[in-house]
Amino acid sequence: MNAVSRRKFLKISAATIASATALGTVSCTRDKIKASAEKGIKTIPTYCNICFWKCGAIATLKDGELWKIEGNPVDPLSRGRLCPRGTGGIGAYSDPDRLKTPLIRKKGSKRGEEEFVSVTWDEALTYIADKMNDIKSKYGAQSMAAFSHGTGGKFLKHTLKAYGAKNIVAPSFAQCRGPREVGFELTNGNFIGSPERTDIKDTKCMALIGSHLGENMHNSQVQEFSEAIANDASIIVVDPRFSVAAGKAKYYLPIKPGTDLALLLSWMNVMISEGIYDKKFVEDFGFGFEQLAEEVKKYTPEWAYVETGIEPDLIRATARELAKNKPASFIHPGRHVTWYGDDTQRSRAIAILNSLLGNWNRKGGFYEPSKVSLPKYPTPAYPEMAYEKADNPGKKWPLLGDAEGSTTGLRDATITGKPYPIKGWLVYATNLIQSLPDERETIAAINNLDLLVVIDVIPNEIAGYADVVLPESIYLERHDEFNNAPFRQSFLSIRQPVIASPDDQKPNWWIAKKLAEKLGLGHYHPWKNLDDYLRYTSEKAGFSYERLKKEGVILGPKKPINVEEGATQDFWTKSGKVEFYSTHLEELGFDPIPKYTKPEQPPSGYFRLLFGRAPMHTFSMTQTNPLLSELMDENVVWVNNDVARQYGIENGQYIKLKNQDGIIGSKVKVYATERIRTDCVFMVHGFGHRSKALKSAYLKGGSDSLMVTKYKVDPIMSGTGMNVNFVTFETEA
Amino acid sequence: MARYGMVIDTKKCVGCQDCVVACKTENQVPHGYSRDWLAYETIGKFPKLNMEIRTERCNHCDNPPCVYCCPTGASHISDGGIVLVEHDKCIGCKACVASCPYDARFVHPEGYVSKCTFCEHRVKEGKDPACVSVCPTHCMYFGDFDDPESEVSKLLQERKYHAIIPEAGTKPHIYYLT
Ligand code: SF4
Repeated sequence: MNAVSRRKFLKISAATIASATALGTVSCTRDKIKASAEKGIKTIPTYCNICFWKCGAIATLKDGELWKIEGNPVDPLSRGRLCPRGTGGIGAYSDPDRLKTPLIRKKGSKRGEEEFVSVTWDEALTYIADKMNDIKSKYGAQSMAAFSHGTGGKFLKHTLKAYGAKNIVAPSFAQCRGPREVGFELTNGNFIGSPERTDIKDTKCMALIGSHLGENMHNSQVQEFSEAIANDASIIVVDPRFSVAAGKAKYYLPIKPGTDLALLLSWMNVMISEGIYDKKFVEDFGFGFEQLAEEVKKYTPEWAYVETGIEPDLIRATARELAKNKPASFIHPGRHVTWYGDDTQRSRAIAILNSLLGNWNRKGGFYEPSKVSLPKYPTPAYPEMAYEKADNPGKKWPLLGDAEGSTTGLRDATITGKPYPIKGWLVYATNLIQSLPDERETIAAINNLDLLVVIDVIPNEIAGYADVVLPESIYLERHDEFNNAPFRQSFLSIRQPVIASPDDQKPNWWIAKKLAEKLGLGHYHPWKNLDDYLRYTSEKAGFSYERLKKEGVILGPKKPINVEEGATQDFWTKSGKVEFYSTHLEELGFDPIPKYTKPEQPPSGYFRLLFGRAPMHTFSMTQTNPLLSELMDENVVWVNNDVARQYGIENGQYIKLKNQDGIIGSKVKVYATERIRTDCVFMVHGFGHRSKALKSAYLKGGSDSLMVTKYKVDPIMSGTGMNVNFVTFETEA
Repeated sequence: MARYGMVIDTKKCVGCQDCVVACKTENQVPHGYSRDWLAYETIGKFPKLNMEIRTERCNHCDNPPCVYCCPTGASHISDGGIVLVEHDKCIGCKACVASCPYDARFVHPEGYVSKCTFCEHRVKEGKDPACVSVCPTHCMYFGDFDDPESEVSKLLQERKYHAIIPEAGTKPHIYYLT
């Protein structure tokens, strides 16, 4: 992490030069592609898929081979500049570990042994359809379920619903953004969504609570963060780790992990007791302010100091800084917020504070996004699915929406067979072994299945447990649904093939259509191909499909995004107001105003394990991308210098981590640094792959998720708080 | 006559390495090599820390030891002050690699010495170098220091800056705003 990257490159070069392939122009030797290659330079617009920001991009081919990919200047998300993952996205094409053909688990082998035989698409799809028909006749269609992440899952989910299955969930809710969305809906009657509706570029003051913009590389947010810095906005960073963002901050608050809610309550205390909140906004739109004011009286900065370790003066100064700049100031709602199991309440505290700043739909606060609405391509109605969803029996989590669903709830149902057996999982583009907490439970659930299908581009850990693995074309080789995400200005962008798949990979829409045909449900996919589908829906929406294919992105009408431009402030809560006091939560038996509880502390000799992002990787999906792994081929564990000294651990030394349940991880390098507190350690998520099929990433770095055997479930919406694990060091590596 | 160089705003840079990967794809730099890289410097004691993140590369020096020590004339100063290596003339003796205080040069697997060219091929077309054009934080500026009206010249008039290892006397042409 110090000035080593240069040296590192030289070292890598010695080790890998023998096996190196020229990566600039990806060396694709497939004759069929070569033969049809057009001479010269050709550019094709599409949108990126290395993460879920979906930036508009333009790929360039030189003599028929992929050369580079750049941002599409018309695209409002990328504004002509991709992030490092996007720029390195072409490495996904030449990834040496890509899945090449459909695979069926070898007869007699066990799940997890990674023993497969290559089969044809027809064999694979027939196998899946037969098993799905068996499940339906034995248990009913409700026993087939899916985990899906990202745009590409759309058509597979459609096939499943046509079959009669509606137990469909995604880790992006209960392992990521869910508490934030529920917390804001409860308070403001509006959710945050993706991209986040934060007006970073115009802000005068922004507080980041644990979110590490700059390392977390969601493109538009980072671009705007840089603009805010250039405009001399006051940045307040609250993080146990001195993040890159902390290095840009005017105020850095090195908070004790797990005590964020104490700080937030104390900020409320300061703003209310000093009368520096937005009184007019509260008067016009607030509900239950008096109760809030009464409740937070006890949360003085002196009280919060004991919990958080943040000096009372610093708490006051930052509260005043936020208030001084209102309404062009905000507390960022974060993105991955499943930390401690009370995350909905913490998100509610963030929403309440923002309302004290009166920043809803205000310049420099939150803005009102708009999106292009796309018509539905007409398909037959789904069969009736009158059964209760399996992930949330009896509405155990009252504010878990049916549309989102709970991954771990579905996993529980698969383990227990209650409320009814779940016998088939279709897993699309999510590595459940690393994305869900406690892999032992995931494996126990898998062992109860009659069918596990994994559809992905690389053989991640979860693929090793599959009965059938289907190789998907990467984003540069396929069509997908349009991107019409809500943003500052509405837009429509296209994903279209830039290059042919090198082997027997197929696009998700094709897989979904063929599987439907095998199930006798082909009429649910009436389009000839996705080109046909996209043409129909875009032209119906009034956009020229030919222009989309040529330009990649078309902007929709410009609408007012804040009060300054003429937008309104509407709150879709029960009271129609901003609910400082939530009668809704009260009726459900939860605290109507967030309450602080002390987090459990690590036993002596143990440290809280925190995890986060690096700018060049997305989850556990990119470690075999040769361009991105060259930027970072293993993660490190951040240990405070004093702690390292105390334990006799050197910077750069390999150690193993052991967690509170005795789970021991793979070898991971120590980054001994000043940049973290002494009571926690930090790792970038997604490394330490244990799938042998990921040859280029196998056991490189350590797996944070392997250490996450404990998690605290949010009783409101089933989010899984994962920052509750403690680790110690095993130095005899 | 132009004098090209870069100004890099360390306040904006987040160290994401987009510049590194953009250079690799634009210039088809082989696996295991790189023409630009990141440096991270942290000083102080937690939590009172100061951090500077810098994207670094060949400084296209006015007084380039790599050019002076080249026995064949392959290393030379080209139009606009861009220091280049003529591949055909290079014998791969590595004298220049050793002479560069910035460790900016490497021997390409094809046998010649390679390094940052300021994306001369793009500059000729009026474009910014790939690293500059891709940076999501817009922290890099490329331009002509001979033109007092250029953005790079103006930035140096307005802001505090430093160069790297100025004491080597190479007269580097990449400046870091602080
Ligand atoms: S943020 Fe980066 S990885 Fe994500 S879509 Fe945009 S360019 Fe691609």
